[in-house]
Amino acid sequence: MSDPTQPGLLALSGITKAFGGVTALGGVDFFLAAGEIHGLVGENGAGKSTLMKIIAGVHTDYQGEMRLDGRPVRLASPRDARTRGIGMVHQELSIVPDLSVAENVHLGVQPLQRLGLIDWRAMRRSAAAHLANLGIDVDLRARMGDLSLGLQQLVEVARVLFSGARIIILDEPTSALAPPEIERLFGLLRRLRESGKSLIFISHFLDDVLSVCDRLTVFRNGHAVATETCARIDKRWIIDRMIGTGHQELEESYLADIPLRSRPGAKDVLRVDNLSRTGAYRDVSMSVRAGEVLGIYGFLGSGQLELARTLFGVLRADRGSIALDGRVARLSSTSRARRAGIAFLPESRKMMLFGTEPVFKNVTIAILGRIGRLWLRPASERWIADGHVKHLHIRPPDVARLLGTLSGGNQQKVALAKWLTHLPRVLILSEPTRGMDVGAKDDVVRIVRNLRDQGIAILVVSTEPETVLSLADRILVMKKGRVVREFADEPVSKDRLLEAA
Amino acid sequence: MSDSRTRIGVTNWLRGQLRNVAPFVTLIVLVAFFWAASDSFATLGNLQNILTQISVTGIIAVGLTFVILCAEIDLSVASIANATGIVVAYFTAQDASVTIANIPLAGWAAILIALAACFALGAVNAFGLTLIGIPSFIMTLAMLQIGAGICALLVRGQIAYTVPPLILTLGSRSLGPVPWIVIVAALFLLVGHIVLTYTRFGRYIYMTGGNREAAEYSGVNVRAILSAVMIISAVCSGVAGMLGVAYFGSAQQNEFDTYLLDSISAVVVGGTSLFGGQGGIGNTIIGLFVLGVLNNGLDHVNIDSFLKILIRGLILLAALIINVYAQRMRTVTAA
Repeated sequence: MSDPTQPGLLALSGITKAFGGVTALGGVDFFLAAGEIHGLVGENGAGKSTLMKIIAGVHTDYQGEMRLDGRPVRLASPRDARTRGIGMVHQELSIVPDLSVAENVHLGVQPLQRLGLIDWRAMRRSAAAHLANLGIDVDLRARMGDLSLGLQQLVEVARVLFSGARIIILDEPTSALAPPEIERLFGLLRRLRESGKSLIFISHFLDDVLSVCDRLTVFRNGHAVATETCARIDKRWIIDRMIGTGHQELEESYLADIPLRSRPGAKDVLRVDNLSRTGAYRDVSMSVRAGEVLGIYGFLGSGQLELARTLFGVLRADRGSIALDGRVARLSSTSRARRAGIAFLPESRKMMLFGTEPVFKNVTIAILGRIGRLWLRPASERWIADGHVKHLHIRPPDVARLLGTLSGGNQQKVALAKWLTHLPRVLILSEPTRGMDVGAKDDVVRIVRNLRDQGIAILVVSTEPETVLSLADRILVMKKGRVVREFADEPVSKDRLLEAA
Repeated sequence: MSDSRTRIGVTNWLRGQLRNVAPFVTLIVLVAFFWAASDSFATLGNLQNILTQISVTGIIAVGLTFVILCAEIDLSVASIANATGIVVAYFTAQDASVTIANIPLAGWAAILIALAACFALGAVNAFGLTLIGIPSFIMTLAMLQIGAGICALLVRGQIAYTVPPLILTLGSRSLGPVPWIVIVAALFLLVGHIVLTYTRFGRYIYMTGGNREAAEYSGVNVRAILSAVMIISAVCSGVAGMLGVAYFGSAQQNEFDTYLLDSISAVVVGGTSLFGGQGGIGNTIIGLFVLGVLNNGLDHVNIDSFLKILIRGLILLAALIINVYAQRMRTVTAA
């Protein structure tokens, strides 16, 4: 296996990269040996993706040195990276669903006859040989989109190999796969390792990383904080290094146990029974009580974001039922959900706000029917919006300004103000504090607590442990579409959450 | 310091208002040009001509403004107008020389059937767009053909002349010096403006066009809004078609073909954003006058009549450039 003292196949030293003053990577060293599977773990924003984009030739303006086969290289583009044998399998696969398996394997490198026509027989022959070589059993003529996600992923890996890659970067390859599919993928990765290829395996699923990787590197806050042979460590060891101990700022120290205080006596406002949606979540049963904040935590792709959308009528469930105040709720559109008393704040401001409209129209869009049945009442609208602008300290305090001219944090407050005029029965917040500074996060916590104390049932879904820990009274953990753990009336900490996920 | 800031403020304001200012300036320039170039242009009688000439287009353009504000398009307006005009004639007793196998009914019944017909055609557009998910561009292209087919089947190459008395009055008579058709067009424009500006439904239209996803996430029933605008567009077209038949004095195939381009031009030249969410009936009125003055004015100056077609095309192209440019300005200002 690998020897860390050797420079290896790929060696990066002192890599530093900043985005507009924010340091994403601060002097990272990274070695990849020939014939190893190297895991990369760390929280969102720790720097894994940035480093991978440098290796794949996406980011070209960085400081530091990159050596390939011992020689310094400076990749000019993703294309340059590909011709040097570096390939990437993204979480969102770059397959063409309407083409056949054989065509997908040959994407961009179709064999041609004279006259420039595609040589179909040669293509099928070489694709068959290539896939057989990798031990992938799949019908070459099948339409790519008809294959299971697991098979699509295997074909995608085959395609990257076919284009000549010897270093393959896999970004969250297991997040959407069922256990047998994961085993099949790991089988392929191990065979590739035996044949001398090197693989970089980025994942949030620590069990998966530990089971397939030879070594792993832990990222935290733009630094590679530890590299270790997987055989010598366990999940606990990784989590400790991902989170860091001691000298962290208060805001990040959700390491200590936080007592949860659920309200078992309170009435269920929103109840969900055996709700399933193919490809998103399965058999979810839960309830949100009056005056309670329920947090749902899970990695990206665990299904909690889709669940939230279903509860607001954006997506439809295939099976299961949703009940509001004990009565079955048919949430066939967002306007039905709104009228039923459900409010939803999506994770992105763009999904929620009208940049070229004035602030007051953004605030009142969801309550126009309450201000007047048919006619608009602009004076009331301004008056209502003005109240929120003052209450939420929105700057500048001018409701006639175009929303797009406000800063990001102030836009976020406008989005929240939207649901505050007429209080909903259920408020669903998706990633409510993402990208906010500490002060703005505190504002959100204050507002959410205040709403909870007025008896609203609040659901917070997030992929950030801090978000649910700072807001929730009770926490569900989702993993690959299922609820796997509930924390109620017990101390919980960030590492316990991560362990459960 | 404060002076330069004021200047930046004014520049920004002008940039934001480009879509409103440019059509207005165009109109003034055109009027000034024709006034200077021709003695017969600037007369009261000619103003009446211009108003009458833009009335049918104006009624169609009201519905089309609703559609374009939602960032959709309706290519079937002229075809639905033609079909509705023919339907109302089909259910009216015709002169013995007209040998179509028509079904004479009372005037009010013919009008109701015609209104129901255009409503139904709009409903089919709405169904295809919102429930099936066919892009409006293609859906209404199919409807254009369907409308033409209905026309062909009903009149079979012949021409019908008689329409119900009410339609005849509204389409070809005058109230004092003002033709009824101008009054109807003005009413449609007025009601359209009130709906868009002062009602909840109007606000939802602007929001759906401005950011459809955000409208959806704000609990606006986007499908219902889109369905409604497609039906409104079809009904406006239908009314325009009935009055148009009376105005022309005949109902026949391909009678309204030029109205598709004219009505789209009026909306776009007026400055309503092709990307949705901005503009309105005020813009459409300016657009109607720009086109009306241009068409009418070119007849008053000595110009090759074949060149007219090219000039209209160039004006439309210029309007499109301004439209896209204004959109970018607005986005930059808001960013």
